[in-house]
Amino acid sequence: MSRGGSLRGYILIRIALMIPMVWVLLTTVFLMMRVAPGDPITASLGGKLSPEEVAERQAALGFDRPLIVQYFDYLWDAVRFQFGTTITDNQTIGSLIVENGGATLTLTVAALVVALVFGLPLGLIAGRYRETVPDAFIRVFAILGYAAPPFFVGLLAQLLFAQNLDWFPASKMASPIVQATAETHTHILIVDLAIEGDWEGVWDVILHLVLPATTLGLLVMGVFIRLVRVNVGQALGGDYVEAARARGVPERRVVSRHAFKNALIPVVTVMGLQVALLLGGAVLTEKTFSWPGLGSRLLDYLTNRDYIGVQGLITFFALIVVVISVIIDIVNALIDPRVRY
Amino acid sequence: MADPVLSLRDLRIWYGAERGAVRAVDGVSLDLMPGETVGLVGESGCGKSTLGRGVLGLLPEGAGHAGEVSFKGRNLLDIKQRELRSMRGPELGMIFQEPMTRLNPLMRISDHFEEVLQIHEPKIGKKEARNRSMEALRGMGIPPTRYKQYPHEFSGGMRQRIMIALALVLRPAVVVADEPTTALDVLVEAQILRILADLRRNFDTALLLITHNLGIVAEACDRVAVMYAGRVVEQGPAYDVTTKPSHPYSRELLRSTISLSTTELHSIPGAPPDLVSPPPACRFHPRCPNAMAVCAQQWPPTEATSPGRRSECWLHATDRIPVGLEQPLQREALAASEEA
Ligand SMILES: Nc1ncnc2c1ncn2[C@@H]1O[C@H](COP(=O)(O)OP(=O)(O)OP(=O)(O)O)[C@@H](O)[C@H]1O
Ligand code: SF4
Ligand SMILES: [Mg+2]
Repeated sequence: MSRGGSLRGYILIRIALMIPMVWVLLTTVFLMMRVAPGDPITASLGGKLSPEEVAERQAALGFDRPLIVQYFDYLWDAVRFQFGTTITDNQTIGSLIVENGGATLTLTVAALVVALVFGLPLGLIAGRYRETVPDAFIRVFAILGYAAPPFFVGLLAQLLFAQNLDWFPASKMASPIVQATAETHTHILIVDLAIEGDWEGVWDVILHLVLPATTLGLLVMGVFIRLVRVNVGQALGGDYVEAARARGVPERRVVSRHAFKNALIPVVTVMGLQVALLLGGAVLTEKTFSWPGLGSRLLDYLTNRDYIGVQGLITFFALIVVVISVIIDIVNALIDPRVRY
Repeated sequence: MADPVLSLRDLRIWYGAERGAVRAVDGVSLDLMPGETVGLVGESGCGKSTLGRGVLGLLPEGAGHAGEVSFKGRNLLDIKQRELRSMRGPELGMIFQEPMTRLNPLMRISDHFEEVLQIHEPKIGKKEARNRSMEALRGMGIPPTRYKQYPHEFSGGMRQRIMIALALVLRPAVVVADEPTTALDVLVEAQILRILADLRRNFDTALLLITHNLGIVAEACDRVAVMYAGRVVEQGPAYDVTTKPSHPYSRELLRSTISLSTTELHSIPGAPPDLVSPPPACRFHPRCPNAMAVCAQQWPPTEATSPGRRSECWLHATDRIPVGLEQPLQREALAASEEA
């Protein structure tokens, strides 16, 4: 089948294109990190160590070599997934990702689910009933969700739903007892608990998840709502929708089948950007809710000017965004037959 | 004579606009017999598409209507949206101008067919739906092997044939085709016109064929209605009207069509009028070479010029023109501004 062949070709090309994307990203991260004045060791440990010791450490890490050598070294390390060892707490970036990545994954997936489950239907309603009162409310909600910084929303949520109403815990990923007794299989707490059959523990994590996931979800939801609204509106005025009406397709089906599906394509297309937004938002959300993820760690390293920690985590985040955007392009090709040609 | 399957009586359709209502269809009466093809011609903006959509109740929100669209004895303008919706497809079909954008890009051709069949004939089995669809497609020269393909895999002409098959698979009594060949090249146009001509022979489908091309009318239609500024100014057998037009506008329109095949370039001077405040009395009087003083003051009567033929023009009622208004219309001012 020629169609299957061209789909495979498209996927291969898309994957091959990842290489230049990753290279540009790595170079950008490298340059960004070097623009900051001063050398990393002095920045993070200066004052705590004697000048001799600083020089010794610098030599050990290779910071005394020419920039171009350091650049190729960094690229070579990145290709082998070697991101170095943090300066302030002496951990490899790899172990950091294993230890804290699960929490960030849990939070971002939950936030994405919240954003999709509420954002898509709200966008659909707003697009279907444009210029009505519900549409106006949904639009204001979308703008607020998008514009309000996560730490502010998070703080409000903590005050209202944790402090005042006491419906949900205010911070952390689980109660101390759950956290302490959990067996480690996957380093994703909620999955580990499920594997153990500890459903009370799972429920505990879910309760802890509600506020941070909603806070982070609101950020992305705003984008989904506006995108779906505009596209549903456009699709409903479109030629093939009028043609479907002319064949007597009921309005409900016109909306749900003809307009909504077509309106979802742009949503899938921009999903890669949403992942970047989601990871950025996760940094602030994790800090606000003391969520033990990579975002919290990144902020810690930033505060302590731990250059290896910051560089390593940012490189990792960037890689994730690239990989996910490629996956999304492939999914898009599977949904939309026109992309393949 | 048989009863008409569709008959419009004093149909009026207007769009709300800030400057006032756009009277796109302004008092049209027209009959469509079973199996008959009626051409609807006129310059761009004279209200042809509005009339066609009005028949199916596909007007945008904010459009108003009055008069009568009676189909099998019932006024479609009075019945509930729901009921009208269920008549679209099995009773009333529509074919549009731009086939490239009229199919849902995410649905296979098969999905389009099975959707309409399941909506209008819920008891139909999957297998029968498939057979009926493939048969309709084969009738339009689309091989059954392409049944499962997506719209973008077809050319414009093929998509238009698919649209026609999609409209015909339910065997509607009336089909409105709104410039079905305008977006296609000449060879494909001829092919589509042949298909539409076969239609009236094979089914009893009545076709309202909207076009701005009188050549197509002569070729494909039984009767023709000439529309100007929201009104049907002349109607009659296609052959008679396209060879011996009796209304000055039909004549001018025909001249501008013929000139396309000769080297001489003729176009009707002036532009179609503004439909918010159209010219008083005969709407064509600012552009009509035969205009008389009466034409700018009193509405011309509709006269039967020969059997089955009607024309809305003072030239056919000269005996009723009030004394003193027979002299040619003076319009230096207009002519001068035309020159500028
Ligand atoms: N949705 C609308 N809202 C407001 N005015 C409209 C709308 N659709 C059409 N009109 C106006 O109504 C008049 C008739 O338009 P219509 O599309 O019926 O003309 P037409 O004869 O089909 O022209 P064409 O040959 O260009 O297709 C035009 O003046 C047009 O500007
Ligand atoms: S009524 Fe007068 S202006 Fe109108 S078409 Fe006839 S002659 Fe021309
Ligand atoms: Mg039109």
